[in-house]
Amino acid sequence: MRLLSLVFLNLRRHRLRAMIGVAGISFGVAAMLTILAIVTGAIGMFERILSSDSHYLVFERNVSDLFFSSVTSAQVAAIRAQPEVAEAHPMLFGIVSSPGHPVITCFGIEAGDPRLKRADWRAGSRSDFGARKGEIFLGARAAEFLGAKAGETIEIGRGTFKVGGILRNENGFEDGGVFLPLAEAQDFFHRGDAASVVAVTLRERSRGPEFKRAIESAHPGIIGLENREFSQSYNSFKILNFTAWAVGICSFFLGGLGVANTMLLSVFGRIREIAVLRVCGFSERQVAALIVGEAAAIALAGLVVGFALGLTGLAILEHTPQFQGYVQATIPPLVVLGIIATALVTAAAGAVYPARFAARIQPAEALRYE
Amino acid sequence: MSPRGEVLASARDVWKSFDAGRITVLQGADIEVRAGEIVALWGSSGSGKSTLLHLLGGLDVPDRGELAVCGLNPQIEADRLTLRRQHLGFVFQLHNLIPDLTVRENIRVPALATGRPVGETEERVRALATKVGLGHRLDHRIQDLSGGERQRTAICRALLNAPRLLLADEPTGSLDEKTGGTVFALLKQLAEEEHIAVLLATHERRFAEECHRILQVRDGRLSEV
Repeated sequence: MRLLSLVFLNLRRHRLRAMIGVAGISFGVAAMLTILAIVTGAIGMFERILSSDSHYLVFERNVSDLFFSSVTSAQVAAIRAQPEVAEAHPMLFGIVSSPGHPVITCFGIEAGDPRLKRADWRAGSRSDFGARKGEIFLGARAAEFLGAKAGETIEIGRGTFKVGGILRNENGFEDGGVFLPLAEAQDFFHRGDAASVVAVTLRERSRGPEFKRAIESAHPGIIGLENREFSQSYNSFKILNFTAWAVGICSFFLGGLGVANTMLLSVFGRIREIAVLRVCGFSERQVAALIVGEAAAIALAGLVVGFALGLTGLAILEHTPQFQGYVQATIPPLVVLGIIATALVTAAAGAVYPARFAARIQPAEALRYE
Repeated sequence: MSPRGEVLASARDVWKSFDAGRITVLQGADIEVRAGEIVALWGSSGSGKSTLLHLLGGLDVPDRGELAVCGLNPQIEADRLTLRRQHLGFVFQLHNLIPDLTVRENIRVPALATGRPVGETEERVRALATKVGLGHRLDHRIQDLSGGERQRTAICRALLNAPRLLLADEPTGSLDEKTGGTVFALLKQLAEEEHIAVLLATHERRFAEECHRILQVRDGRLSEV
């Protein structure tokens, strides 16, 4: 029986306390995993909507959100005229509502847009897109939650549209969204001839800096960023990421307090027992290691349970129709490492005072009053 | 008759007070315990018997005076650890066993501090438990034992690391007369078999009289009876 086995024996003896500690940590793990996976997934989906296999994104300089960005048709034409550019696809974002569904993302795009080519057409075809005025095209999930079929008429915002086709898209935002021909979207959202962003594919990726310089000097009001550069600098992504980590870490503090409380109660309830360990030859360090070991075991169990809970929760959220496919959890290794590190640091921090207290118990004092 | 082996523990002019000096328990206590001896510290409750044992065991520090146990100074942390791990065993009035653990697990506790090999420890645990008549109770939890069995378990734990000196603080104090007598006899027998010196604090004259020497503790001083 080594020290480790005494750690497990103690946890077994005080199972209720240990379970409360495990519950605290697992709550923190599950909350952090869920929040970060959803936010990372959402950012990933949004990035894919924007980039759509392109190299550069062009949008209005200094806008707080892409929904407010305006790139005029003249600027789109100028971008297309650049010798480095192979393709340029303007896209207008808008938010519309329909009865019972207050937020539906709307994408105004041209018929040649790559996402229409990539889509799995469930009804209608790409050639129908923009062929007839007053038609909209629904993502498959949007069609589900709107209860609409091709050929039917639905109410979107203040307008009434005929469903021209239904397309299945891998991207949750797109699959839960509505597609309109760009000109109709501009008209519907009163945006004149503006697009929100232009996704640019270059003939040679290495010529990006030339393209960027040319377009920004000719049109100081717009900015071109490489996709990776955009993801790292876009404020909304940064705010989302920061919020997710902040909320996750806060939930861990609760778990950490739970561990501290559990360990303190555990130490206070075992003062005499710890004194006996000291009498039996345990050093201060061994006593502290015992307490820290118990906290670490609680943290590890909390991690396992928390990951199981979080992953189950995410699977349920992904398949919940009310979320309209917007939840596409992504769990990058950095998030997993971050959660593990936070759990262990929190548990260790929660164990510091109890371990210190336990190590300093004076055997004579603790055993004097029998 | 007392054996005349080497001096294992000694205290010279040891003073100890509590409550910021308001209660003086030991006032220049002197003692010597030799190898193989069973010495009784006999006195009434509160006379300072336990305090002297605690000082010799390094569980507390004196206000002044000199202490030496097995050539080490129990006032120094490193020496204290060596003493507790190699040279000293403790038995208390209340058994001070760890609840919810089995007899086996409780006896093994000192081996955890030293990292003694599991197989060797297990052998020693069995041998000691068999000697005290607990061989069949090794996997029973402490809660399921009688008072006498618990104290026998505590004695096994104290002897696990084969100490040279056993500090026993009223080991029969919480037991009925008959069980107390049995436990004392067992303690004495084990001490003789394992060649362990015993310093026994007791307020019961009948047990003190069975020791090699009796030191009466009165007014914080010790005198041979």
